[in-house]
Amino acid sequence: MYLAKVYVTPRPTVNDPQGLTIKGGLEMLGFENVKSVRFGKYLEIRIDHRDRAQAEQQVREMCRQLLANPVIEDFRFDLEEIEP
Amino acid sequence: MKFGIIVFPGTWSDMDCHHALGIVLGQRVDYIWHKDTDLSGYDCVILPGGFSYGDYLRAGAIARFSPVMASVQRFAQEGKLVLGICNGFQILCEAGLLPGALLPNNHLQYRCQWTYLRVENNALPFTSGVEKGRVLKIPISHYDGNYYADEATLAELEAEGRVVFRYCTPEGEATEEANPNGALHNIAGIVNKGGNVLGMMPHPERACEELLGSTDGNLLFLSIINSM
Repeated sequence: MYLAKVYVTPRPTVNDPQGLTIKGGLEMLGFENVKSVRFGKYLEIRIDHRDRAQAEQQVREMCRQLLANPVIEDFRFDLEEIEP
Repeated sequence: MKFGIIVFPGTWSDMDCHHALGIVLGQRVDYIWHKDTDLSGYDCVILPGGFSYGDYLRAGAIARFSPVMASVQRFAQEGKLVLGICNGFQILCEAGLLPGALLPNNHLQYRCQWTYLRVENNALPFTSGVEKGRVLKIPISHYDGNYYADEATLAELEAEGRVVFRYCTPEGEATEEANPNGALHNIAGIVNKGGNVLGMMPHPERACEELLGSTDGNLLFLSIINSM
């Protein structure tokens, strides 16, 4: 059994008004050294697989087909083995 | 001429489209539930506005895997007409039938307002009855309407005349002030390479009677009807 922690973020060329707004909020709170904020999504997916390589391949396909839109988003993920 | 209006869970402009086509323009029109896959007998399929699957993950991301979408892909490949309005435009982009994506509006506000659209290409079944350069008054109602594509795609769209509608002033100037959502190049609607799949954020079905404030939306529907 594996737990995939998937991070989906806007691609560097994509304008991210949510990130900019959050950055403004942090600055208003006095965090003036904040250089940038990019707003993304985080997913936790439990997968029933014995084989790590297969689990990894499957999560990559999930990201490509649905979880991230390659036109506007990048993805990365961590995979950790967990107790069933 | 027969229209099909696809209904996903969360679609909300299906009845407006049905009203505009069936009642106002007297056309034959059916609803098509997203689990149906038979599109035979239809000349034009419309993916209406709304919030299919709650816009979860991304607008249009889940709807694109509804059973009907494989049929819509085939329908488009056969050269038949597909019109995506608002959420329908988002779904067509997610499905890869149109290039690019719709990002959240650059001001992060939901906008429900009149917009003015300049017709950039009238050599299409969707716009053949409208003069090029004419300004149409058609409303928008969306949060994710900020059209984005990479530089190469934008250049290709422009070079091939595939930007069909651009947000403009009532006088027809595509200014920054006239852009309601931050869309690149003031893009309000684009068409595929084949010229038979059109996606647009504004709602022509909500500009179909004087009582509503404009009848300019009918010009698009009449173009489709007269092109058949």
